[in-house]
Amino acid sequence: MEPARGAGDRGMMGDVLLQLEGVTMQFGGLKAVADLDLSIGEGELVGLIGPNGAGKTTVFNIITGVYAPTAGRILLAGRPIQGLRPHQIARRGVTRTFQNIRLFSSRCCRDNVCIAGHQHARAGLADALLRTRRFERDERAIQQQADELLEVFGLSRWATVIAAELPYGQQRRLEIARALAGRPRLLLLDEPAAGLNPQESDELMHLIEDIRERFRVTILLIEHDMRVVMGICRRIAVLDYGSKISEGTPDQIRTDPKVIEAYLGEEIQADLGAGA
Amino acid sequence: MRQALWLAGVVAVLIVVDLILPRVLNPYLLQVVMLCGINVILAVSLNLINGFTGQFSIGHAGFMAIGAYGSAMFSLHVGRGWVAVLERLGAPGPLAEAPALLVALLLGGALAAVAGWLVGLPSLRLRGDYLAIVTLGFGEIIRVLILNIDVVGAARGLPGIPNWADFFWVGLWIAAVVLTARHLAHSTHGRALFAIRDDEVAAEALGVNTTAYKVLAFVIGAFFAGVAGGLFAHFLSYLNPSSFTFIRSIEVIAMVVLGGMGSISGSVLAAILLTLLPELLRPVKEYRMVIYSLMLIVLMITRPQGLLGTREISFGWLRRRKSGPAAGAA
Repeated sequence: MEPARGAGDRGMMGDVLLQLEGVTMQFGGLKAVADLDLSIGEGELVGLIGPNGAGKTTVFNIITGVYAPTAGRILLAGRPIQGLRPHQIARRGVTRTFQNIRLFSSRCCRDNVCIAGHQHARAGLADALLRTRRFERDERAIQQQADELLEVFGLSRWATVIAAELPYGQQRRLEIARALAGRPRLLLLDEPAAGLNPQESDELMHLIEDIRERFRVTILLIEHDMRVVMGICRRIAVLDYGSKISEGTPDQIRTDPKVIEAYLGEEIQADLGAGA
Repeated sequence: MRQALWLAGVVAVLIVVDLILPRVLNPYLLQVVMLCGINVILAVSLNLINGFTGQFSIGHAGFMAIGAYGSAMFSLHVGRGWVAVLERLGAPGPLAEAPALLVALLLGGALAAVAGWLVGLPSLRLRGDYLAIVTLGFGEIIRVLILNIDVVGAARGLPGIPNWADFFWVGLWIAAVVLTARHLAHSTHGRALFAIRDDEVAAEALGVNTTAYKVLAFVIGAFFAGVAGGLFAHFLSYLNPSSFTFIRSIEVIAMVVLGGMGSISGSVLAAILLTLLPELLRPVKEYRMVIYSLMLIVLMITRPQGLLGTREISFGWLRRRKSGPAAGAA
């Protein structure tokens, strides 16, 4: 296990994959994100927490190109990505899930995963229309990858079921599987455990740790469920009113008075009491 | 290889049907069959825009008009010359007409595709009702333009277009549009279109260039609408702007919606049904359109998802249906 080295510690994971430098997002008079610095190392699993309206999802939207930041730089593996369109950023290796699940609800589970394989297809439109060999090869690879991912997520038996008809918990899983099909270097999970019961969210926690290793993917996680974040993230950043008020290991976050005051309050103390 | 065999098979069957049809059908029925075929092409091509991608275009008559007038002008001024030369060289009628007609149709389709690209551009910023209004405006602009251009006959219409298009050509283009739609649907590109329809934000976040695909749907859809227009022109020999009002667009939309958004075979079925219905209802005279409208309303109430929903009729599906109950009983 790595030693805790205080706030700003990137762990022992090597190169920086994602770096936010002074990122600011202003909507009219509202500063949703203010001068945010954050860096995530290759292979890390970092948690992003904060009270409702702290700007967590806005940070995701900025990283994935839904919004262009008003100021600041975003570097992915050293190259600036701010201002790129979402699909371009996805192609550079950043995919995400959504807080309110956004599946392609009229398509079956396998198709949902296949769509994300899109960006790795080399066959062009003409190949598809003429059914060339290159197209067949691509298509086989995409289907195979989709089947493997469904297997990993325990969704194989739902492969041909329309996504909208899946149980809620499986929809959450499918969304993660779909995001992984884009073969991301950085996976952004927006409240993956929202709406899950404790047992489901425990399973999900293990799954997230598991996929980080299996797919060698770096993960940034927004989560409300404290148990999830504290349980699997080695490093946590805390947002409040768009600013980062703390960063460090779960233990440091737990004891940081600023965090307790701003966000956790009695909840974390109760959690700590239960844990001790 | 398999593709080439298929193509040869389709051509052979079409030639045979093309030879038989005029012998067993009277001219009226033949005309109905041809209109069915042209409507099938229109419906399937609109399905690519409205059904697959979930955009709302009411401008299909505009694309059709561009293709119709474009191809007609080509045939009148250039194509006829080609045919005359080929006939002098001893080529039999249909063979002499084939190259000229093919080029005319492709040209009409290409012109419509360019228009589709132009109309597709606002679709990047507009969706739903707003896009519908833009496409509606486009269709009307095209019609009014034609109405005011004297070279293409203006309000008098454009007569004397060589009637080269027979069932063979309509059948060939039905095969082309259905194959295109089918191959598209079962490829990454088609999945990208469906993704845009279901959730544009998620599609974009997964690397789908939604801009490019929305315009692509318009371009392909418009191309085939243009070809359908060309077939229409070379079958009726006469064009008039009044054939391309927005009512025409609405008819095609009705076919797509009735067949089921995104279902290719649904569009085919609905196009045939909605072309035949008004003809079958001719005996009831003045009540014809009333009954036609009533039937449409009833159909939509009983099957709001369309005749086939998003399903497709295929040989495999039919086989399963057939063996299904038997296997269940065993």
